[in-house]
Amino acid sequence: MLKDITIGQYYPTGSVIHKLDPRSKLFITFSLIVGLFIIDKFLAYGIIISFILMATIVSKIPIGYMTKGLRPLMFIIIITFLINMFMTTGEVIYTVGPLNVTREGLSQAIFMALRLILLVIGTSLLTLTTTPIQLTDGIEYMLNPFRRIGVPAHELAMMMTIALRFIPTLLEETDKIMKAQIARGADFESGNILSRAKSLVPLLVPLFISAFRRADDLAMAMEARCYRGGENRTRMKELKMTGKDSISMAITGIMLILLIYTRIM
Amino acid sequence: MSIKIEGLTHIYNSKSPFETKALDNINIEISDGEFIGLIGHTGSGKSTLIQHLNGLLKPTEGKVIINGLDITDKSTKMRDIRKKVGLVFQYPEYQLFEETVFKDIAFGPGKLDLSEEEIELRVKESMELVNLNYDELINRSPFELSGGQKRRVAIAGILAMKPEILILDEPTAGLDPRGRDEILDQISNLHKNNKITVILVSHSMEDIARYVDRIIVMHQSKVVLTGIPREIFREHEMLESIGLGVPQVTLLNKKLREAEICLKEDIINVEEAKLEILNWIRSKNNA
Amino acid sequence: MSAIIEIKDLVYKYRSDDEELAIKKITKDINSGEFVVVIGHNGSGKSTLAKLMNALLVPTEGDITVDGMNTKEEESVWAIRQTAGMVFQNPDNQIVATIVEEDIAFGPENLGLEPKVILDRVNEALTIVDMDHHRHRAPHLLSGGQKQRVAIAGVIAMKPRCIIFDEPTAMLDPSGRKDVLHTIKKLNKEENITIVHITHFMEEAVDADRIIVMEEGKVILEGTPREVFSEVELLKSLGLDVPQVTELAHELIKEGVNIPKDILTVDEMVMYLCQLK
Repeated sequence: MLKDITIGQYYPTGSVIHKLDPRSKLFITFSLIVGLFIIDKFLAYGIIISFILMATIVSKIPIGYMTKGLRPLMFIIIITFLINMFMTTGEVIYTVGPLNVTREGLSQAIFMALRLILLVIGTSLLTLTTTPIQLTDGIEYMLNPFRRIGVPAHELAMMMTIALRFIPTLLEETDKIMKAQIARGADFESGNILSRAKSLVPLLVPLFISAFRRADDLAMAMEARCYRGGENRTRMKELKMTGKDSISMAITGIMLILLIYTRIM
Repeated sequence: MSIKIEGLTHIYNSKSPFETKALDNINIEISDGEFIGLIGHTGSGKSTLIQHLNGLLKPTEGKVIINGLDITDKSTKMRDIRKKVGLVFQYPEYQLFEETVFKDIAFGPGKLDLSEEEIELRVKESMELVNLNYDELINRSPFELSGGQKRRVAIAGILAMKPEILILDEPTAGLDPRGRDEILDQISNLHKNNKITVILVSHSMEDIARYVDRIIVMHQSKVVLTGIPREIFREHEMLESIGLGVPQVTLLNKKLREAEICLKEDIINVEEAKLEILNWIRSKNNA
Repeated sequence: MSAIIEIKDLVYKYRSDDEELAIKKITKDINSGEFVVVIGHNGSGKSTLAKLMNALLVPTEGDITVDGMNTKEEESVWAIRQTAGMVFQNPDNQIVATIVEEDIAFGPENLGLEPKVILDRVNEALTIVDMDHHRHRAPHLLSGGQKQRVAIAGVIAMKPRCIIFDEPTAMLDPSGRKDVLHTIKKLNKEENITIVHITHFMEEAVDADRIIVMEEGKVILEGTPREVFSEVELLKSLGLDVPQVTELAHELIKEGVNIPKDILTVDEMVMYLCQLK
């Protein structure tokens, strides 16, 4: 049951986007997010939507997959939409019972909903086309310049890799511990919030202890393989930017400029 | 009849690309008080099978009836099944969580509506059964104990629930020969003295042979052999073909026959081998 | 044969206020190219000895040198660990990366090697442990035996002269155990790597060049498999197993049967009994 959660959700299609350097993809995603928050006109949204649509087509990932990430958020999106539609003051264009729909409210609602939807789809594009290893490598590289001011770039990347490596293992272990405790009469399902929280103790204590034990063992194994931090460490797969990366980033740059322009005009 | 399994089939992840048939039409009957050895490779289905016996898993098809209670019946409460069937998983020491040994062992009985005195009595009894010193250990943290002691605390935790059927999944995993012998001896004594039904899951033929009344051999989700140890070890070709062995002396016997030294048909331990060989030498010298 | 690991007057205590010594004065050499098995029940000190051999632990008294480097010297620690690699008991808790080939690259990456060299070593290691077709898989999808082979590959990729195996099969099922043992033997015979194999399973010591039996922090018995296995009474008193045929030989000899006491395999027993015909 717990094993069905897929982390990362990498969907290989061998497309151009999959082959881009993770750093350029991080830059594109970041730009998208910045863009989404600075725009305030339909035209701008149109630009972003076409950009994302184009990227989706190039990535060869089925649209259904992209929108999968939206399902759990449907509730929030609808609520946001409704709240903005009914609660914004302005020129009333429609009335439903005691609630007024204003012109401003309607456009706000659409913007907010679109923002959420595009945010999810945009970041999905990143995780669907980039493996966890590539992502952590990309993040490590981007954080590297900040080492001078004390940001432990390598350590953070190592932590992320190890976490990703152990998530499925820990999920399996959680399953085992749950079954062992259920066999002793533990009940994780019934009761109110308080009693259910209490019933998690027989699950969480062994899990934590096990996690610490694993950490101990792993540290020893890493040291036995001469791990001593990021100094002088090389990588088997080095990140290399290509022409396609430059072009993608350039296109993104142009899009950003256009978006900023729509804001000012 | 203690346990009746009829036409049990279990399919994981049905209708997905990961669909697996872990159990295929299993039919087994286990009588009250029997000591059963369940043997098979990883992937043979033995873990899946035992999880049906206490209702952790439900059949995709077929029935599992424990002391008259059908687990597939909607009115059967799993709580009632789990009061009768104690299941000790592999590496049970990884499930310990309480502050003291007493509290951990008392966790299970605590869920059974018993008085404090009764719970204390049960903790005492179950610790004795696994050879743990009550006075010395009850107030210590289970995490301070050695690996072998922790395992025995975990087993005591199940024994304290006084199950009528005790299932142990590879209780000797990770133990050295001495630790293994201790645990198996304790389980064997428990079976003899308390007359409970015991199912021991293992990959080691030699371990199982010494203690069980009957062996059930599983391979690729099916039961392929069942019988008393002597009968099972006669099938050494079949056992080898599915990746399980026979005790070394049984193999020795087979090779001696090929070399025209004929001892009695079934030899399953060193003592028997010794007696048979000595007999053969004496009869040769007398001839 | 030159010694690759030299242990001299080794004494070890886990904590300075411990009364009990974990290792009580051991002097032993491990020779280059040897396949040594260290046997003992849990608590005999064998795992402690393993960790002392690659500087994960440092002697309380006495010295251990690996390829001439003393484990007490901090600057030598990394060279020592590259020379004497180690594979541990828990297959899961040695794998760091999210896919197999990345994990094997971990060691060479730590050594600061060139990417091309790392790739070559990873390919070679994968071939030796026969895990080529699994190079892109995630570790949690592998069986115990496969995970251990990945761990072994990760160590081989650092090109050690010697590998210490600390109970590598204790948590595996019989087929996993078989695979790992096969790989270990292959490393010794084909790749000429010195092996120190720590275990409590006697049957894993049958092919060793030398067996060292430990009890309470001391070496209590040492010799070739034939020499050690035939000490049936002693081994049993130490809580260790002997192969059934060896025990049988011992019992038959007690009853006056004329067969040698160092019978290790079924075939040998058959042969000697046939000679009595």
